[in-house]
Amino acid sequence: MNAPSQPTKKRLLRLKLNGRWREDAVAEGELLVDYLRDVAHLTGTKRGCDGGECGACTVLVDGEAVPSCISLAVRCEGRSVETIEGMATQGRLDRLQRAFHEKLGTQCGFCTPGMIMAAEALLRRNPSPSDNDIRAALAGNLCRCTGYGKIIESVKSAAEATS
Amino acid sequence: MSAVPIVDAKLAQRRVPLIDGVDKVTGRARYTVDLDHADALVGRILRSPVSHGDIVRLDVSKARALEGVFAVITSDDCPHTYGVLPVAMNEYPMARGRVRYRGEPIAAVAAIDADIAEQALALIELEIEKLPAYYTSEEARAPDAVLLHDNKPGNLEREVHHEFGDWREGFAQADLVREEKISCAEINHAQIEPHACLAEYDPLTERLLVQSVSQVTYYLHLMLSRCLAIDESRIRIIKPFVGGGFGARVEVLNFEIITALLARAAAGKVLMQLTREETFLTHRARPQTDITLQLGMRRDGKITACACQVVQRGGAYAGYGIVTILYAGALLQGIYDIPAIKYDGYRVYANLPPCGAMRGHGAVNTRHAFECLLDRMARDLGLDPFAVRRANLLKPPLLTLNGLTVNSYALGECLDKVEKASSWNERIGKLPPGKGLGMACSHYVSGAAKPIHWTGEPHAVVNVRLDFDGGITALTGAADIGQGSSTMVAIAVAETLGIALDRVRVVAADSAVTPKDNGAYSSRITFMVGNAAIDAAEKLKTILTEAAARKLETKPTDIEAVGEVFRVRGGGEQSSLLFHEVAKAALVDRGAITVSGTFTTPVEAQGGKHKGGAVGATMGFSYGAQVVEVSVEESTGQVTVDKVWVALDCGHAINMLAVEGQIEGSVWMGMGQAMSEETRYLEGLPAHASLLEYRVPTIVESPPIEVFVVESHDPNGPFGAKEASEGALAGFAPALVNAIANAIGIDLDEIPVTPDRVMQTLIERRRQARLAQSLKAAS
Repeated sequence: MNAPSQPTKKRLLRLKLNGRWREDAVAEGELLVDYLRDVAHLTGTKRGCDGGECGACTVLVDGEAVPSCISLAVRCEGRSVETIEGMATQGRLDRLQRAFHEKLGTQCGFCTPGMIMAAEALLRRNPSPSDNDIRAALAGNLCRCTGYGKIIESVKSAAEATS
Repeated sequence: MSAVPIVDAKLAQRRVPLIDGVDKVTGRARYTVDLDHADALVGRILRSPVSHGDIVRLDVSKARALEGVFAVITSDDCPHTYGVLPVAMNEYPMARGRVRYRGEPIAAVAAIDADIAEQALALIELEIEKLPAYYTSEEARAPDAVLLHDNKPGNLEREVHHEFGDWREGFAQADLVREEKISCAEINHAQIEPHACLAEYDPLTERLLVQSVSQVTYYLHLMLSRCLAIDESRIRIIKPFVGGGFGARVEVLNFEIITALLARAAAGKVLMQLTREETFLTHRARPQTDITLQLGMRRDGKITACACQVVQRGGAYAGYGIVTILYAGALLQGIYDIPAIKYDGYRVYANLPPCGAMRGHGAVNTRHAFECLLDRMARDLGLDPFAVRRANLLKPPLLTLNGLTVNSYALGECLDKVEKASSWNERIGKLPPGKGLGMACSHYVSGAAKPIHWTGEPHAVVNVRLDFDGGITALTGAADIGQGSSTMVAIAVAETLGIALDRVRVVAADSAVTPKDNGAYSSRITFMVGNAAIDAAEKLKTILTEAAARKLETKPTDIEAVGEVFRVRGGGEQSSLLFHEVAKAALVDRGAITVSGTFTTPVEAQGGKHKGGAVGATMGFSYGAQVVEVSVEESTGQVTVDKVWVALDCGHAINMLAVEGQIEGSVWMGMGQAMSEETRYLEGLPAHASLLEYRVPTIVESPPIEVFVVESHDPNGPFGAKEASEGALAGFAPALVNAIANAIGIDLDEIPVTPDRVMQTLIERRRQARLAQSLKAAS
């Protein structure tokens, strides 16, 4: 009989996840997307490809949009990570969530969490983006349903909202 | 069927966000891999490293012996074929004796984690004796080619030869006859959610629960029963949220059966998550297609005859192939008045992943060739592209030569809309160098009139339930895959009952509770399930009206329902009841109420009597026209789409917001096929199997798409509606190619129109021009 797989080396990861500090033992090679989904049980972050192709896994690390499927969890030590689950507060949809819902910026919904997080990073640094600003910011996020028109409309509508 | 469209001005105004939209924007929506799988084993598939060969040795004993491995399965565990068409099931979930494409499943394991599952795969001993492999239709059809399937001479899955009308006479009457050879590359659905399946088998109760990315859970149910030899009643299928389909998930897919087999073999729960590469390998998309098309035309643009030959490279197994090759011919009709048609179709086997259904199934590539040729002939005759289409419009209601019914048809209005919106007449021929306008039309069925499994049941069943809480639950087997079908059902029920939308909840696609449905394909849901939902709601409304009448001590005919208030016509406030009061009254003596609504396509709409005549038949076609504006850089061959104007006759927009979304999405998907998408194989090895190599358009190169919804109010559609999700797709590619011709004067015969293809055609044109010049100088 063959030996079972070697136990992986783990270390303690301390990070701020959606506003709350937490500590977890994670393998050094663990991807951020797997940490979020399997350890923190935040399955809103999606994996749509084999690594860095589609943007569905986009989360914010210290406010920057990052593809979590090609980021190591341990690189987030001491940093702030935000996912789609952190966007709605006290039962209220965030402005982007509301806009994507009302303007049909989402159809099948699989790219939506990543799309919203990438758009959130944009709106934080540029509160009133032009169409081309939106295009540049979402260039790494593929959507197969909408043709993107209603996504641009959603982001613009969110930017105009006062919330 | 009686033609009683319900006309309600309110409906056209409605822009209803998806009823499950909040789940999607909050990340709450659970897709297959998000379901609880804490105690699940990890499934992995061993795939063929060669394109064609006989399996001479397959030894899984070492893999089985590995600690942490709970099951290893091969075709010995499933000696049953499966497939979407009962007449063409020639595929095993795992190859049996012979492999026919690189990446074909051969064995599978279930282990406690991914590492051990991978190790187990590596321990499987496999020897394959290679056979010659064929990657093009031509190679596969060569007289000396080895057969992929012994009972299919010439490696032909199906030949179709249809003749309607006197085409020889038609061509004789033409002022112009022109032929073109057009090729379309193979493409893939590339839905953003990779394939996944979660299966749980309980050996104590001998029951199987499968949750999967299916568009048609009913097909999955049937095939699991067949392949696992389990009674259908012991299987439950639930469709979680599904991240897009576009046809990829209509057929039952090998990994779904494999996951269920693993779950049974391991006596537990197995999660199978395919990689993006494996998702591409599973394929079932639009085949590489070669089209030879000949049209006859009078000087005034009237088409006199059409002869069309289509060769589809279908891949290694039958799949949907017979239907695809039939669609390619059948949908030459139903859009223009063509007096005579000859169609020859060839579906070819090759050593590549099997093709299948993809948005616009079968119709897209032939429509592309047709609309390109129409434009070229218009140019030859000095006619405007719009004028040529207008010269050939249908006059409904009618039956086409191949027996397709056309009851509503607003293609003419679609043409008017996009012609005006794009300022076609003011701008055509006057644009600066490198800029061009092109146009094309397209259509698609609102549901295949004849289901694949003909059981005599209605085409759709919807149950509507009312209980003590006053909530209405609509139960449907229809799979919402993001197109908004559950929202459509909610609107249809709420509108018919005259109640608030949020009083309705929809439970969809769970075989234990929802009525069987034929699923999300051929754009059938709005037309068929929508009609069934209205039928159910009307039955419930009758019950409620009778209950209100009893309570108010009057005749049901004296009751009118306004909003959620039932009242006696002409009565005061005393003689009215609120919805929940009526609901309680309706439950007296009978308890919770479930009514069943159905929809059935009448026999006369089920297509021609010729062989294959059911394919293409539908109760209602959608019709689209579009104009594409392009810029072409002659130095690089780079094409940019600046703007698209599209008009679609969808009968009636039950949900304008969703209709716009579907039209934009389908036009854009047509753009992907036209501009950049293409699968490429190197000796059968996919070179495209990632979302970087397979070039889906990004937001950067996606143009504004201006949508016009045209409402022809189909006599049989729910509220007059027809489909809106597929009809506009096929018009994009030809409109683009026609626009490029308008911009720089070259006719492209291949899509996608990548820069290298544009450059090649430009270079060829320059070479021809030089040749002509030197010949002229020499003479």
